[in-house]
Amino acid sequence: MTEPAGPSDTTAARRLDGNAAAGALADLFAVDVTTARSRCPSCGKTSMLGAHHLYADAPALVLRCPHCTDVVLRYATQQGRILLDLRARLLTIPAPAPANESNGA
Amino acid sequence: MAGTALQRRLTWLTAQVRDNRSESPSVHRLVLDVPGWPGHRAGQHVVVRLTAEDGYTAQRSYSLASPPEEPDLHLLVARLDGGEVSPYLTDELRADDQVELRGPIGGFFVWSAAADRRDAQEGRRPVQLVAGGSGVAPFAAMLDHHRRTGSPTRLRLLYSASTQEEILARDVLGPETTVTLTRGVPAGWSGEAGRIDADMLRRRTFPPDEDPRIFVCGATMFAEAVSSSLLDLGHSPSSIRIERYGSSGEPS
Repeated sequence: MTEPAGPSDTTAARRLDGNAAAGALADLFAVDVTTARSRCPSCGKTSMLGAHHLYADAPALVLRCPHCTDVVLRYATQQGRILLDLRARLLTIPAPAPANESNGA
Repeated sequence: MAGTALQRRLTWLTAQVRDNRSESPSVHRLVLDVPGWPGHRAGQHVVVRLTAEDGYTAQRSYSLASPPEEPDLHLLVARLDGGEVSPYLTDELRADDQVELRGPIGGFFVWSAAADRRDAQEGRRPVQLVAGGSGVAPFAAMLDHHRRTGSPTRLRLLYSASTQEEILARDVLGPETTVTLTRGVPAGWSGEAGRIDADMLRRRTFPPDEDPRIFVCGATMFAEAVSSSLLDLGHSPSSIRIERYGSSGEPS
């Protein structure tokens, strides 16, 4: 029961959030990088990877800067390999919390 | 923001179906028992994998609709005609069947009572949830978590459903929730009517001067419309977290 789509802007309708790439990125990183702040190589603004725009229906997962829409990260799997094209200029990643606080319950 | 947690290696776990029941005319509630589940935070999601006899696999992400305090995992699955995964999950899957899943995934779209206790400054900011359709799933987990922990954090939900019959997770909706119906209201309806717009947001959600942490979840076009109205009202972009689930409702 999704809301009926408005006037169709196909690019906007394909857009997801960086948060949805967390599962794939977890194959690679020991910490959850969706809460990492990333500085865009193009416009220099920072925002959390989870707040980036994600296009998941391309051959790769493509994360784009929410400010200027330039590509920040591409991720693909191919013949048993992971391909990572990380263009972000700087990733600032929250340091891991003690293991006994990993579950916020 | 609280420190992130070291992730366990995400491996595929085998979930046993305890129950698969109709939640509304278009949505099923899957109740899963997952031995070895490491626990989760409200708002996190899982990836469900189906494998056909010929080895073809399909994966879909679903938010967890149950709080960390509940040992079973609950998923709200909207049945999409012609979908590759959801018709199987809603129509074919029976109690004692097994599915593969991995998770919990994502630390961005979460709210935790414990994190608010640790970070008093952040915990003073109210939490505003805005849901469209089955986008209410992660918020069902947050509301239930909020209630079970007796959290002092102020929290409200504005929830857009198509009809009264399509209201999901009724058991956890309380006085903090405002429901709006977009395709007609029944006689005696006391909630809102029509799509969520700037005027409804102004009347039914925490205003910008209370500096709420805002979570928006729904189909992509819904999330775009709500977030742009929120910005128009004066909320800062950094206070808004969005989980769009695509135009089809079946994110890959």
